[in-house]
Amino acid sequence: MPATLADLGMPLVPWAAVSVVLPLTAALVAALLGRHAHHLAVPMALAGIAVAALAILDVVRHGVIETTIGGWTPPLGIALRLDGLGSAFLAVIALVGAGVTLFARAGFGPDAEGRETRRGYAFWPLVFCTIGGLAAIAVAGDLFNLYVGLELLTVTAVALVALDGKPAALAAAMRYLLFALLGSLLYLLGAAILYVAHGTLDIRLLSRSADPETATLAAVVLMTAGLMAKAALFPLHGWLPPAHGSAPAPASALLSALVVKAPFIIMLRLWFEVAPEIATSVVAQGLGALGAAGILVGSLLALRQHRLKLVIAYSTVAQLGYLMLVFPLAGGSGEQQPWSAGAWTGVVFHALSHALAKGAMFIAAGAMAEAIGDDRMDRLDGVGQHLPIAAFAFGLAAVSLMGLPPSGGFTGKYLLLTSAFASGQWWWAVVMIGGGLLAAGYLFRPLSRLLAKREQPGALLAVTRWRQAIALGLAMLSVLLGLLSLGPYELLQIGRPGSAVEGLSS
Amino acid sequence: MTAPALYGLCGAALVGIGLYGLLAGASALRRILGFNVVGSGIFLYFGSLAARHPTLAVDPVPQAMIITGIVVALAGTALAVAIAIRLHDETAPARPPGEAEDRDACDPR
Repeated sequence: MPATLADLGMPLVPWAAVSVVLPLTAALVAALLGRHAHHLAVPMALAGIAVAALAILDVVRHGVIETTIGGWTPPLGIALRLDGLGSAFLAVIALVGAGVTLFARAGFGPDAEGRETRRGYAFWPLVFCTIGGLAAIAVAGDLFNLYVGLELLTVTAVALVALDGKPAALAAAMRYLLFALLGSLLYLLGAAILYVAHGTLDIRLLSRSADPETATLAAVVLMTAGLMAKAALFPLHGWLPPAHGSAPAPASALLSALVVKAPFIIMLRLWFEVAPEIATSVVAQGLGALGAAGILVGSLLALRQHRLKLVIAYSTVAQLGYLMLVFPLAGGSGEQQPWSAGAWTGVVFHALSHALAKGAMFIAAGAMAEAIGDDRMDRLDGVGQHLPIAAFAFGLAAVSLMGLPPSGGFTGKYLLLTSAFASGQWWWAVVMIGGGLLAAGYLFRPLSRLLAKREQPGALLAVTRWRQAIALGLAMLSVLLGLLSLGPYELLQIGRPGSAVEGLSS
Repeated sequence: MTAPALYGLCGAALVGIGLYGLLAGASALRRILGFNVVGSGIFLYFGSLAARHPTLAVDPVPQAMIITGIVVALAGTALAVAIAIRLHDETAPARPPGEAEDRDACDPR
């Protein structure tokens, strides 16, 4: 069988399957290794990046790659599908995952006497399982497989939030779990309705068979509500700040950068691939309005926080709001003005650069919290002098979050703004520019403290340079995504759904 | 009324009851139970749909999906109960030995 595949010029190794199996295997091995599990961090980081790079190479060479598990073709079998969107997310999962695991190596190993800690024992299997679940969602070609991936993420992400075991963390985890479980049930109910209406849950088959009908509409609405609860999109964002604020810093980086993006990938697949014909302009504008409200509420609440991690967590709520703008803006009368069809790509750019920048920011915040002992804003004065690399990483990540050129955040916002103006929907442009200004407001507060002179008593603990450099690496990648945006742009066009060009509510 | 339709309606009723419990439940334990009732309702509804064609053979795929769903719901419930117990242990005031436990043991308030 492999010989014939090679004759066809098809890829020999199903990287989509490898990218899921590898971290799940690592999770099992980490559970067996116990106090030695932190030694897996370096090899897994390298392996993850290598697999993602090879997957991207294959997608560039062969286009969309479909892997059928066990040789069963859909609708009976389950297909993994690797397209531009999926492989770009695989790359970001590998990069942020590498940053998180490398940074956590020092904090989650054995204690000073070489004994195993509860925290260290639980952390590694959970992190690798989370990475596996994320990869499964990036490559799944089937709505039920997406459900399984989502559930794997829910269980591991909630456990990561509860890892510290303090009452506040446990209460946040409980709240997160109830929101997430309700979201899963709504998603499952929607999937059941779609299966009954169409006899399959394979995304490609559904996109061929779906004609506008009540069952499809009901299913997509239920699934969207469930996914919005899981992605912390306004008005279902309430669980996110306490949960991401009380998780250990490396876990917060993983949760805020990637875990909340996974449900959004599913929303993109649902609305643009499964059932693009059911969206009316009222629905699209309504979803966009929820996004705009999320930007406003998240930013205003971020301005009022007194803990650094909560500022960053509320900023996630605000930045997730931009993702919803894809629904009214996609298309942007693309048939008359081809350059304006970039809203779909712009939103994916925004999600990717936010993942890198937010990962960098939480890791930098983790380094700062280690130095001062907690993450209260009024104790941050002068930490920039003590941790110059982490502070620079924080600033660079802030540049990307504000959407300043030349960062990846700028590229995403630029594409969205162009679509807004080209389609005459100037009000979304106002929202985006206002959101950028508010982001500058809430990010300058910690930045100005970092650069102030330290007048408080009390020594700062040391954080090694290479651990600070991890945050800097991720922040630089988020800027590079803007500087070298042409390559990722081309990659995202592979397997891009047609409705991303034509728009949803045409 | 056919049997599948009856099962489907029962499933829908369970979803409604469970959703009320999940959203309005006062204690964590009641919300977890509500989640399980919604889950059972969805599984019943989904299962009844497998026999939606009176003449054709029963569709086996929903059964496979329901089994996966039950496993997932079990895992979620186990995690939720574990967190609820831990939260109760951490926040409950210390009691002299021998005194009766709270009736609603997992109340997070």
